[in-house]
Parts: sequence; C-alpha cells; structure tokens
Amino acid sequence: MSAEMKQGAALAQGASRALLEVKDLARDFDVSRPWLNRILEGAPRVLLKAVDGVSFAINRGETLSLVGESGCGKSTIARLVCGLYGPTRGSIVFDGQDMSEIASRSDMLTMRRRFQMIFQDPFASLNPRWRVGKIIAEPIRQHGIIQGEAAIAKRVGELLEDVRLAANDAEKFPHEFSGGQRQRISIARALSSNPEFLVCDEPTSALDVSVQAQILNLMKDLQREHGLTYLFISHNLAVVSHISDRVGVMYLGRIVEIAPTRTLFKRPLHPYTQMLESAIPDITMSGKERTPVAGEVPNPLDPPTGCAFHPRCPHANDRCRSERPELRTVEDAQVACHAVEEGRLVGVA
Amino acid sequence: MSAAVRPLLEVRNLRVEFNTRRGTLVAIDDVSFDIAPGEVLGVVGESGAGKSITGTAIIGLLEPPGRVSGGEILLDGQRIDTLPTEEMRKIRGRQIGAIFQDPLTSLNPLYTVGRQIVETIQTHLPMNAQQARARAVELLEEVGIPAAERRIDHYPHQFSGGMRQRVVIALALCANPRLIIADEPTTALDVSIQAQIIQLLKKLGREHGTAVMLITHDMGVIAETADRVAVMYAGRLAEIGPVQKVIHEPQHPYSVGLMGSIPAIGQEVERLSQIEGSMPRLDAIPQGCAYNPRCPKSFDRCRTERPNLMPAGATRAACWLHADRAGGTNAHRVPAEEHR
Repeated sequence: MSAEMKQGAALAQGASRALLEVKDLARDFDVSRPWLNRILEGAPRVLLKAVDGVSFAINRGETLSLVGESGCGKSTIARLVCGLYGPTRGSIVFDGQDMSEIASRSDMLTMRRRFQMIFQDPFASLNPRWRVGKIIAEPIRQHGIIQGEAAIAKRVGELLEDVRLAANDAEKFPHEFSGGQRQRISIARALSSNPEFLVCDEPTSALDVSVQAQILNLMKDLQREHGLTYLFISHNLAVVSHISDRVGVMYLGRIVEIAPTRTLFKRPLHPYTQMLESAIPDITMSGKERTPVAGEVPNPLDPPTGCAFHPRCPHANDRCRSERPELRTVEDAQVACHAVEEGRLVGVA
Repeated sequence: MSAAVRPLLEVRNLRVEFNTRRGTLVAIDDVSFDIAPGEVLGVVGESGAGKSITGTAIIGLLEPPGRVSGGEILLDGQRIDTLPTEEMRKIRGRQIGAIFQDPLTSLNPLYTVGRQIVETIQTHLPMNAQQARARAVELLEEVGIPAAERRIDHYPHQFSGGMRQRVVIALALCANPRLIIADEPTTALDVSIQAQIIQLLKKLGREHGTAVMLITHDMGVIAETADRVAVMYAGRLAEIGPVQKVIHEPQHPYSVGLMGSIPAIGQEVERLSQIEGSMPRLDAIPQGCAYNPRCPKSFDRCRTERPNLMPAGATRAACWLHADRAGGTNAHRVPAEEHR
C-alpha cells in the first residue's frame, strides 16, 4: 500500500465516512443547431439535461451501483466523477476535498492517481500498437510512482498476476487476448496507480456470461484485497444485485430511488423500479407471464413536466404531472415519488 | 411436441467450413436439430460458438469463404441448402423471415418504412399497391406501433430503437413466413423494450403457428420465450432439451457452468460459479470433446473420442458422463444422425 493510501485510510477515521460525495450534480449538453442556422432560422438554443441534480455518497470499501435504461445519465455521472466532463452545477467531494477547488496541476495529479476508470469496451480501450506491459505501466510512469525500468517491469508482472494473468503476458499485444482477458488488462492498468476508488462503466456488458462471472468474481476479490471502493454503472439488474452494497435507480437524469441492494430488490418502492424489476427476464421465472410494460423513455430534450416517469406510471395523478418529487427517506431507502409519500401505493407501509 | 408432427425445419449433420489461407476452419460441426410448427427453439452459447452461423446457413446467406460443406437442411421436407440462389430468394421472406440484432442496419435509411414493407409484401404476395399498404398498416399495428396509419410514412431515423425493431419484425412477418430466424433480436434494446419484444415473439408463435429459432446469449430471454433450448459450444451441440430441464437440471458440464455463471436477482452468493479459461479458437479445437480442457469432470475418453448427443436425464447431451445409461456407445444416436 502506498503512503497516500494509508493517509487516506487515516482521514477516513475522521468525521465523514464517505469517500465520495456528490451534491446536486448536473450536466447539460448543448445540442443546438449550428450558430448560423440559429441566426437564420431563429432556432432556439437546445439544452439536453443529461444529469439533473443528482446527490449520493459512497462510503469507503463500498460498492454503489447506478442502474437505468439508455440515456438516463448513468455514464455521464461516471465521466463527471472522473473529471472527463466538467459539471454544469453541483459539487464532487472526494475524501473531503472539493474537486472544483483544486487549483494547482500537481495537486490535481496527486488526486487523479487515487481514482481510476474501467470502460465498457475492452477492444476500444487498449492501444492496439502497445504491448500490454507498456499499457499497464503508463499510469506508473505518468505519476512517477516507481522509478527504474526493472522495478516497473516487476510491478507490471505483479499487477498481471493480481488479475490472474501471467507475468510474461506483458510482452504480448492486446489482439492476442480474448475479451475477458482484455478486460483483466484494463483492470490491471486501473490498479497500477494504487487507486482507492474505481469507476466501472458497464465493465461486463460486452462479455459473455461465463466470462462476466470471472470478471465479477475478480472485482470482488480485488475489492477485498485492496480495500477498493467502486462506483459501478450498469443496465443489468442481475449483475448489480450481485455486486453492489447499495443501488441507485436513475430515470431521465435523476435518481428516483436509492437503497441497500437487499431492500431495493425485496421491496422496490418507486413504480419505475418495480417496472424495471418485473421487466427483467429471470431464469427462475421461466414460463410465467411478465407484467406488461408500456411505453418508452421519453425524449430527454423535452422531458415531461413534474415527475418524469408520470406518462408511463400507473399511479400518476395531477400532482405527479405538475410537481417534481424530491428524494424522501422511507426506512433505509430514499425514493422520489408522490404516490409513495402519500401512501397511495398498495402494499407500501 | 408430439413425435407425430412432422418438424417444420430439420437440420441434419450440418457442417459449415471457412477456407482460409491457414487451412480450413470448421465453424459448425455435425449439428442436428428440429423445430416443430409453432415451437420456439432457443439457441444459446458464448460468442463464437456458431449460433449465428447456424442461423445464417439456414436462411442461405452465408458469405464466402463460408460454405455448407456437409449435412442437409430441410424445410417442410424439402431440401433448401442445395437450392439455386433464385429459388432460395423466394423461400427467404416467403417461408423464412429473419430478424437481426441491429434494427438500424436492417432498414434502408433512404426509404420510408412503409415503402420497405410494401415492397417486401409485393415481392412475395400478389397484391396491388393499395392492398399492400393496407396490409403494411395492419402489420405495424400488430407489432404494436401506435398510430400506424401515420407512422408508416416516416423514415427509420424517426423511430426509436424499440420501435425500429418492431418495424424489422413487421418486415419479417410480411408474407406470413412459417419460420422466423431471430438473431439476438433484443440485445440492442433496453430491458423494458426487450420485454415488449419478447411478448410479441411469443404471441406470434401462439397465434400464427410460426416457428421461431431464437438465437441469443441472454438466458433470461430464452427462459421466458423458448419451448426447447439448444446449447452450442465450439460449433457443436452440447445439449438440447426442454427449456425448464436445460436451465434447472442441465446435464452437460458446460451447460451446468453456463447456468451457474448467470447472476440471479434475490439469490445472494458471494461468488458466481465460473468456467475457467475461454472457448477454444476454431483453429485449435481440442481432440475428443471440445470442452474437455475446461471440464472439471473430464476423463480419458473425453480427450480422445468425440461424444455424440445421447439421452441424459430429461434432455440429450453430448457428454461421456452419460454413456452408461446410453449403453456405453454411440448406439443411441438416431439413424439420421449417422456420419457419412
């Protein structure tokens, strides 16, 4: 473990246990027509609110997952947290340090090595012209973590063994590996700067189920061995239920429900969560008719008023159509739904 | 399915080869199965197992250097793998419909969906433009597109992913085909849309007696839709049987591994069971049973002699573990599966 990690662990004993705190995070994308068209045609500016006021915290050693359908903003959050996008509004606080207040480049670099990202496509995220050893060593060199070629090579070998590959695989090129092995290489690269926090954006979506099981098991083992904290992004509820401690369900740029995994799957409160769960084809349900699901995710450029889910919600009333619900605590869960709050949903305490 | 019903599709000892500079690769090796009218056969397996190639071979769209080099494919008793291109083209669309994974690439972006459907209908059915258009609207309504009368004149890009996949299904249904080959029809879609498409496929089998070959790697989709399921590994059939049996009492060690590696909601396990290693490359398929290097139960015979499908529990599996019950030989294979 590096000195930083020990220092980080010491800090965690302090007031806040949360390693990452996101408050009222928002990100808009300008998808307007080009400037000239706007002038000539009088077209207005068009803003896509990809993430619209999201707050959550992740404790040290915990796995928080964000789930939702395409376009709900989950990947945008992953990129915001990693600093690949700047937020339009809101704050990201990592280990007590507000990321937007870091002024100097060297402070930023020190911060950067403490979190890393794993991407979805193991074919696109590795440079095909670099040997695996060079790929994995890049963060080590970039951050100057280890000096000397021999020491770096030794560390790369250790990292490869950490992800259950062989040390001499460092000499090979990415195309010599299968999808699952490439994802292991991505993980080894992510671990090379001794991070405390990993953002995993659909790390197993491109993999077959048997390989997915290998990667999920590996991620759990590594979490235990290195005390890692994960932000896990996925659309697959079964994977999420397996790997996470807590789950946040997103719909059109907002979190509609966030709860410990067991609570969320045993007693989903938000009608959208309930719909998602009944929509999952589950092998144990074999033969049963599923609850029919109506409608599609609305156009995010023109989101519905009030609760964004109301056009598809069987419990929507006038209040849902006009007033946007905020997250409210219900036992150990938080849910943004007027119907739950008013006790209109059957079977909800 | 009772044995008395003549299967709609019979695939017998199908072998597909790819000639490459470095020798001949066998992508499909001695695969045999039937599909009865109205039946949904699920085909599962990992990437590269040969699922899609099997489907492509049946609809006669294998691209060179791929070719059917052995076995036969019969549709309603008629051999279709040897038909000339022109005749096969008539069968494709009329008798066999195809649905592919990516709904955007299956549609021509320059034509309205109506024009594409009308053209397909008129190719296969004797209808004038008006009748064909009426039928197209009917089809779009049937696959659940709201305001079909208006939507028919829209271009593919004006539809969402789920709606586009419905259009592709409508296209496949144009001429009331008796068999639909659906290759990963829900993979590109979100779960809530996926559920709707699955409902639609089930309805087709029920109401029209259409047989469906559903190729997917998503076991959940299979569990909900299929009557029987075939598990493929390295171009061969590992196991085939009723969907419930294959999922809950798999007999082939590969099926056991595959089912165990699927995370299930509400089932709290610390580790998923995983299959070590990965599927062999086509140029390095092991001797004997293709699965033997990864198999926790393999023994000497598995490394030398290739097993054929044999009765195993309520299914049929290609695994020597079941040889005792099958008499210790390949004697149980049906005559139609005899090697040439």
